[in-house]
Amino acid sequence: MSTDLSNNTEGLDLAPGDEPTGHRLRSDIGTYLLGLVLAAALTAASFWAAHTPLIYGPSVPIAISVLAVAQMGIHLVFFLHITTAPDNTNNVLALGFGLLIVCIVVLGSLWIMTHLGENVHSVPDVMRMQR
Amino acid sequence: MSTAATHFRQTDPYKLGHGHGGGYSHRYATGHGEGGPASKRVVVGYGFWIFLLSDIIMFSAFFAAYAVLSREFAGGPTGRELFDLRGTALQTAVLLASSFTCGMATLAVEQRNQKWTQIALLITGLLGATFLLLEVREFTELVERGAGPTRSAFLSSFFALVGCHGIHVTVGLLWLGTMMAQFLAKGFRENIRHRYLCFSLFWHTLDIIWVALFSLVYLVGSLQ
Repeated sequence: MSTDLSNNTEGLDLAPGDEPTGHRLRSDIGTYLLGLVLAAALTAASFWAAHTPLIYGPSVPIAISVLAVAQMGIHLVFFLHITTAPDNTNNVLALGFGLLIVCIVVLGSLWIMTHLGENVHSVPDVMRMQR
Repeated sequence: MSTAATHFRQTDPYKLGHGHGGGYSHRYATGHGEGGPASKRVVVGYGFWIFLLSDIIMFSAFFAAYAVLSREFAGGPTGRELFDLRGTALQTAVLLASSFTCGMATLAVEQRNQKWTQIALLITGLLGATFLLLEVREFTELVERGAGPTRSAFLSSFFALVGCHGIHVTVGLLWLGTMMAQFLAKGFRENIRHRYLCFSLFWHTLDIIWVALFSLVYLVGSLQ
């Protein structure tokens, strides 16, 4: 029975709060290395995307944003160990809620301020009209 | 699983009060009501993760301000004229490397290896300090060129956002030094390891925020 239980832990990812069981140093270093390589590759891709003529100009910011989101995902999984393991459910839910608030704050500000910019004249404009 | 385990599940399906690891099939599924209360390490990690998310939300407000003001140059210099992407690439590489060495320190702490813990944390700290040095150098160069935070709304929001991240890295460095001293003086005690867990989460999160920074501020800014 006890061997069954210890084997159970082998397949599970570690939540930010889990103590590791057994000595899996080599594979753990491999996981961090994989994360490092993936993150570095995505970083290189964004710097390349910023100054390549191959991507249609106006879509470059979108490409950079997508690469950034992908890299943040890599960091979350490989460095912060936010995974789909059962013990991580609370962490993932909190992350989801945090992302919701971040989207509301950033996209909401942009949305409102863009409309404000279109509907309200700037100070120099008003001064010109008063003349 | 044996029949004893099945029987146990039927009589006490939620393993109330049996502590972490009291269950069988969902031994590690705390939070589902079957594994009993989560271990202190899980709770500490969760609590600090909530703080980090609130910190990320604070950063999102700075990001929102920058996004709104990023084209308000007031006749001043634009991002294309100001940003030196080679410096940004160097900063990115240094911070990513420090995130990796912080992960190595985490593994050394798990192995209770004092020597490698100290070495990995020292490298992490040196890389973090290099990052800060590069950032301070960039800021002073910008101010000397007359592109300080008072020049335009774009630069105000830029300095606020990037400076806020820089302050976080500074605090992280102080914390890192404290952790090195505590590991030396107090060893790998449980509460010290919990503190280190929080520090490593903090340090990795700073790198995540930097990913958003170099992408949306420096790379996209250099296009305008």
